[in-house]
Formats: sequence, C-alpha cells, structure tokens
Amino acid sequence: MCPLCGALLAEHWSDADGAGARRGRVLRTRMVRRVLAGFGVTLSDWGGTAYVLHDGKGRAEVVHDLTTLWSEAERLAGRPLDPLDPALVAALRRSDG
Amino acid sequence: MADRLGVVLVTGFLGSGKTTLISALLAHPGMGETAVLVNELGEAAIDHHLVRRVDERTVVLGSGCICCTLRGDLQDELRDLLARRARGELAPFRRVVIETTGLADPAPVLSTLVGEPLLRHHYAVEAVVTTVDAVSGSQTLDRHPESVKQAAVADTLLVTKVDTAAPADIAALEARLRALNPVAPVRQVAFGAIAPDDLLRGRTRAVPAAALAGGEDAAGHGDGRHAGDVRAFTLVLDEPLDWDAFAVWLTMLLHSRGLDVLRVKGLLDVGAAGPVVLDGVQHVVHRPRHLEAWPDDDHRSRIVFITRGIEREAVLASLEAFAALGRTARATPTGRRSA
Repeated sequence: MCPLCGALLAEHWSDADGAGARRGRVLRTRMVRRVLAGFGVTLSDWGGTAYVLHDGKGRAEVVHDLTTLWSEAERLAGRPLDPLDPALVAALRRSDG
Repeated sequence: MADRLGVVLVTGFLGSGKTTLISALLAHPGMGETAVLVNELGEAAIDHHLVRRVDERTVVLGSGCICCTLRGDLQDELRDLLARRARGELAPFRRVVIETTGLADPAPVLSTLVGEPLLRHHYAVEAVVTTVDAVSGSQTLDRHPESVKQAAVADTLLVTKVDTAAPADIAALEARLRALNPVAPVRQVAFGAIAPDDLLRGRTRAVPAAALAGGEDAAGHGDGRHAGDVRAFTLVLDEPLDWDAFAVWLTMLLHSRGLDVLRVKGLLDVGAAGPVVLDGVQHVVHRPRHLEAWPDDDHRSRIVFITRGIEREAVLASLEAFAALGRTARATPTGRRSA
C-alpha cells in the first residue's frame, strides 16, 4: 500500500472537519476490531493520537490513520483484507445479526 | 481554496487538442494571471509569458503503487514557482495550468498535489479537464487504457475538433463518455473556444443529475477487450451515512481495490444540513467539503463509482454491512469493549 496516502499526510481525509474526534475514534476502533476479528489482529486506540495493531505473536504496529492501518493490518494478518470479500461481508452480517 | 492557487489539469490523449485549448484559454481576459507547465514546447507554441517546461520525471515509492507515484518534476516546478513568486521574480499569478503528456496517467499528478504537504498548503485542484478528439476519440478509448483513465478522472470532458466530425459520430462519442464518466459534463469545442468559467466550476459542481438518471449500472461501451471492463454505477442511499463507518469502509476499499476504483465522487448525507462532497481518484482522496445546503430537493446520499471489474452489487452489499457495523458500534455504551 502507498506510503504517500498515509505517512506523509498530516491530516487524513477521513479526519476532515474534526470528524476524527474522540467519539469517532472510539467508534472506528470498535468497527475495525470487528472487521479484523477473523484475521487474528486486534486494534486499540493509543491516547487518542494513534492506533496500535496487535497480532497473536506479540507483534505491534503503531499507525496514525485508517489508510496505513489497513496496510499494516494486512501485513500482520498475512492475507488480503478485502471489504468486498463475500465471506467477510457475511461474517460482518452474522456478527451484527 | 480562496487563498490557495488554483491548479487546472489539462489531460487528454495524443493530438486531442490540449495545447490548442490552453492557448485559447490563455487569450481570455479572465485567465491573465496564469502560469503554465507543459511537457513539450515548440510544436504548437503557447504564446504566454509564464510557460515552463517540465520533464516527466516520476519518483516511484517503495510500494510501487502507480497512482501514488510522486511526480518529482511537478514538485520541483510548483515549489520553484512559489519561491520565485515570493521573491518577486515572477509576475503574480493566481492559477497554474498543467498540461500532461498524451500518454500520461493523471493520477500521479493529483497525488502529488494532494499528498505533498507543502503543495497542498499552497495549491488546490480547481478542475481536471480532459480533451477527447471527436474523430478518433472512440477508437482511442478502445485501444488505449490510458485514455479511459484520463476520461474517468475528468471534472469536465471536452469533445474537441467537432468541426471535423459527423454529428452522429459526435453524439455517439458523447453518449459513450457520459456512460464512462457520469459525473463530468460533456461539452463540445472547436479550436479551443470555450469560456474559462465553463471549465473551472468542475470541482465545485455537485454530482450532475444525469449521473442518476437511469445510470444505476451504465457500463462503458467498447469492444470489451480493452476498456470494456470499466463501468460506472451509482449508489443511492435512503438512510443518512455514518461518517465513521463510511470512512472505515472506504479506506479499506481503497486499500484493497484502489487501483480498480478509478473514480469515486458523491454527495453524502451525514445528517448535517448540507451534504459532504466526496471526490477520489484511485488511492487519492481529496479533502471532503461540507456544503451548507443541498443543490436540489433530493437529500439522499448518491455516490458514483467508476470501476474496473468491480460490480455494483458487491460494493452495495459491503457498504451496507459496514453501515450496520456502525449502528452496532454506536449502540454499544462508551467504555465497553466490543469483541
């Protein structure tokens, strides 16, 4: 995934107009955690300034925005993260059902 | 945008009339304070005092992602323009017109403008204008994927040289372009004669109603071998969007499928008085803008996707699943950890 889209951006597009405020970060963390539940990776919010990804092998990665989050999560998961994957969509529906 | 310098990107296939268009635009009184960056000088000279030549020079980042490639040449030139302007070495200019080469992928240019902090601070993309030759345009779309990409990223599509083509051929080309890129108005032009205002409202324009009229799955024309897997479709959502769920979903989608999402543009109902304008090209997403009011009585979210090999149904099912995820996340009391 592209370093440009994440690392060099002082402000990620998804945080425009303060949308990434505390409540939003809590919600995003919850949602991402659900998505990653089947991939052996979890996420926590680090003081409202960064996210931390963890895998079952004790590895951790600090990321600052959603774009870099997905690329690092995919690396830790060791398999593609595709929101159009019918299996993932079905799993999310079940978890919300 | 008000205090940043506008950038007009003029792209289009070889010989499609980019230089003619720029020359004609610069002759317009409203385009006086404009700097121009072109790839080639000489063939069709642009008579203007602020023309600079840039060598197409790209910096491929470690990821190898094409759309996020930095155009090092543009970085240097745009920075240099700022520095010389500040030192008083150049006449003040309010706008920069960039002409790409005919074979150029416009995405790295946008990536450079949006992703580079210094440039993003001083410049704002004002419009992406794509020229398409009225006579050869259809054949070019069939044979050259670059031209399909150039059409997909446009805010305005200009069918050029209409004085040399049959009306029926022009009409067929226009229909094809509308199917390929429903968010860009298609205009005809001969000898580059068009008022700047008709081009420069591109990014501020809302998603045209035409994008919604029967265009739920407006597959691009073509012979199916080259450009046939590019399609445009619109999602219209009755319920307001949860911005956080949408951000989680779209960032994941672009991470995974960004190279095949040639364009995403829409008006989003996020529960505010006016909509949020979303505009992205592959992995590059412009800063969303809040509008104070909706442009019409339809206050539903409408998002146009131009994709390569991605089906509307798959995108809609995925978005709905993430929207449900958002509702669940909001229903969970703060302080309680979800699974």
